[in-house]
Amino acid sequence: MKKSLAIGAALCVTLAGCGGGGPRSSGDSKLTGDKIVLGVLNDQSGVYAQLSGKNSVVAVQMAVEDFKAKYGDKAITKNITVETADHQNKPDVANTRASEMYDRLGVDAILDVPTSSAALKVADVAKQAKKLYFNISGATTDLTGKSCNKYTFHYAYDTAMLANGTGTAATQAGAKNWYIVYPDYAFGQDMQKSFAAAVAKGGGTVIASDPTPFPNDNFSTFLLKAPTLNPKPDVLGTMQAGADLVNLVKQYNEFKLKDKGVGLAVGLMFLTDINSLTPDALAGTTFTDAWYWNFDEQNRAWADKFAAKAGGQRPTFAHAANYSAAMQYLEAVQAAGTDDADAVVKQLEGKKVNDFFLRNGEFRAADHRVLHDAYLAKVKPGSEVKEPWDYEQIVKTIPAQEAFRAPSADCKL
Amino acid sequence: MGLLTHTFNGLVGGSFYALLALGLAVIFGMLRVVNFAHGAFYMLGAVGAFFLLDSFGLSFWVALLVVPVVLGLETTVIRRLSTLDPLYNFLLTFGLTLILQDVVKARYGSQSNPYQAPAGLGGTVDFGLFDFPAYRVFVFGLAVALCVAVWWVLTRTRVGMVVRAGTERPELTRALGIDVGRWIAPVFGFGVALAALAGVLAAPMRAVNPLMGGDLIIGVFAVVVIGGLGSVFGSVAAGFGIGLLQAWSEAYGPALLAQTLIFLVMALVLLFRPAGLFGREEGAA
Repeated sequence: MKKSLAIGAALCVTLAGCGGGGPRSSGDSKLTGDKIVLGVLNDQSGVYAQLSGKNSVVAVQMAVEDFKAKYGDKAITKNITVETADHQNKPDVANTRASEMYDRLGVDAILDVPTSSAALKVADVAKQAKKLYFNISGATTDLTGKSCNKYTFHYAYDTAMLANGTGTAATQAGAKNWYIVYPDYAFGQDMQKSFAAAVAKGGGTVIASDPTPFPNDNFSTFLLKAPTLNPKPDVLGTMQAGADLVNLVKQYNEFKLKDKGVGLAVGLMFLTDINSLTPDALAGTTFTDAWYWNFDEQNRAWADKFAAKAGGQRPTFAHAANYSAAMQYLEAVQAAGTDDADAVVKQLEGKKVNDFFLRNGEFRAADHRVLHDAYLAKVKPGSEVKEPWDYEQIVKTIPAQEAFRAPSADCKL
Repeated sequence: MGLLTHTFNGLVGGSFYALLALGLAVIFGMLRVVNFAHGAFYMLGAVGAFFLLDSFGLSFWVALLVVPVVLGLETTVIRRLSTLDPLYNFLLTFGLTLILQDVVKARYGSQSNPYQAPAGLGGTVDFGLFDFPAYRVFVFGLAVALCVAVWWVLTRTRVGMVVRAGTERPELTRALGIDVGRWIAPVFGFGVALAALAGVLAAPMRAVNPLMGGDLIIGVFAVVVIGGLGSVFGSVAAGFGIGLLQAWSEAYGPALLAQTLIFLVMALVLLFRPAGLFGREEGAA
């Protein structure tokens, strides 16, 4: 026992020594270490592994291949690699892994990073390292608010966009009285605030809002309470995510709240959540999506390529956004002729783009919020689902300029 | 009416605590093993039900019988533990949890899998004063019946007498010529089967995924400590009791109280009755 421990310790030391060299910039190249390194930092084994996870690494690798194919010999370099790490949704692990990526693995840009608390930690690391960071699957508006910085771009969505889409739209469609339940941590509290504001903006009232334990597998008390509130809410707005959302929706159906006249609106939902719950459990539920794979031919074409590499899974908006962000970064490096972070930021700031993810896209210079069209979606009932993963009906396209909030006064780049 | 609904709802929620705590208590009593893998067996129960449906098209009722029995038979690893230092118990059962979670992840990924309530129990039962989902009424009924059955076996049958004697005074029982070791595997298997049964019952109402046991089991350990480690009656009573308190505090108390209640009660119990509400100091020796 003791002997094997000693061997293990020795191995650790040796390995750490091997990794300690790190890349060195060569004098004549405009690229550090003569190459570009992208880092995908996300949850690869926990609750968010399915909606992003390893398949986002696949998406980023697709972007690298497509970039090399597009520019051929004119590409700034063909030496582009992708590093990846599991942050387990823990801010401290995210902090360590991000530092390791920038300092030791020579990563030029970190992508993805779900879980708001972890997402904010990495923003601090990026600021100190003066290296780029495209947050894809984090939701907090603090990334473009009090925690914003020169090197951080918030790419796909945020709580304000979700609330603005679902809260305002559903209220205007007739759901005047809301009962909101939210998980009692940073993301949930942020969502609750954004939704309350959006409902008020749409002319509705939040009758009650209750924080719930996180994580939680039993929402029965809140579901029993919903129809007894006075006045009776038209809609139950749930801000739960991942497995908690699955628990809540299952139990919402069990308690037959729809029959009792209380509809369901979901704050944040991914394609994979609908798959877990089956479309019938969610039929008719309104939510805001940042991108949908079966929206048009262009999306579908990319989704087909992705599915072929991801074992048949159709991409969530996080997968698509990871591809898009990687591609936009590589394009910016190509245009700048260097991977120097300040030069790349200069390329991106204020840039207007259109790709299959960024429709009417803009890298807003004021707060580094990336603007693009968003979509108000409804879940199809099972009988209308024509093929696997064909779960959404897009009700309305929300124009890029209306989908997101105005730049926050808290943000000083 | 509100109070009545929330009370009944609390008892339904407590059913899961009671079934899981009962299994833990029986295992700890007989083997002195704190089974950290209990949550993983609960998860395997739910995933097992999904597996039977997904791969063989077998219904909830078949799963309810088959899954607990199959998992209950698989006791080869843990039965060896009773002779070892408690530290190894912890390492093995905790390691087993990680392995089981990863095996399920490798097969189904970490997302939740869909599972519907059985056809006959999709509706609601009208109690006059309030109505309640039929499936939850069934869960409560089955949990109470099982707890009563276990209590009857332990107190009224010869097998129960041997198990209780083996639990409370293993050395003395051996000295009287009773083969305590013979009962270790069946008792452990029974505890695991209870966890698996709770898992199958949870499948139609909760998210079925590899991590579903991890969060729940922390609460169940608190329940067992409150009831008294190894006390069968205590764990069941504490299970239903905590379910009730949780439902009441969520419905009427401040949010912070509802979220911390279970551990608050545990801390108070440890402070004033360290052996648990129904435990005896000497029993744990």
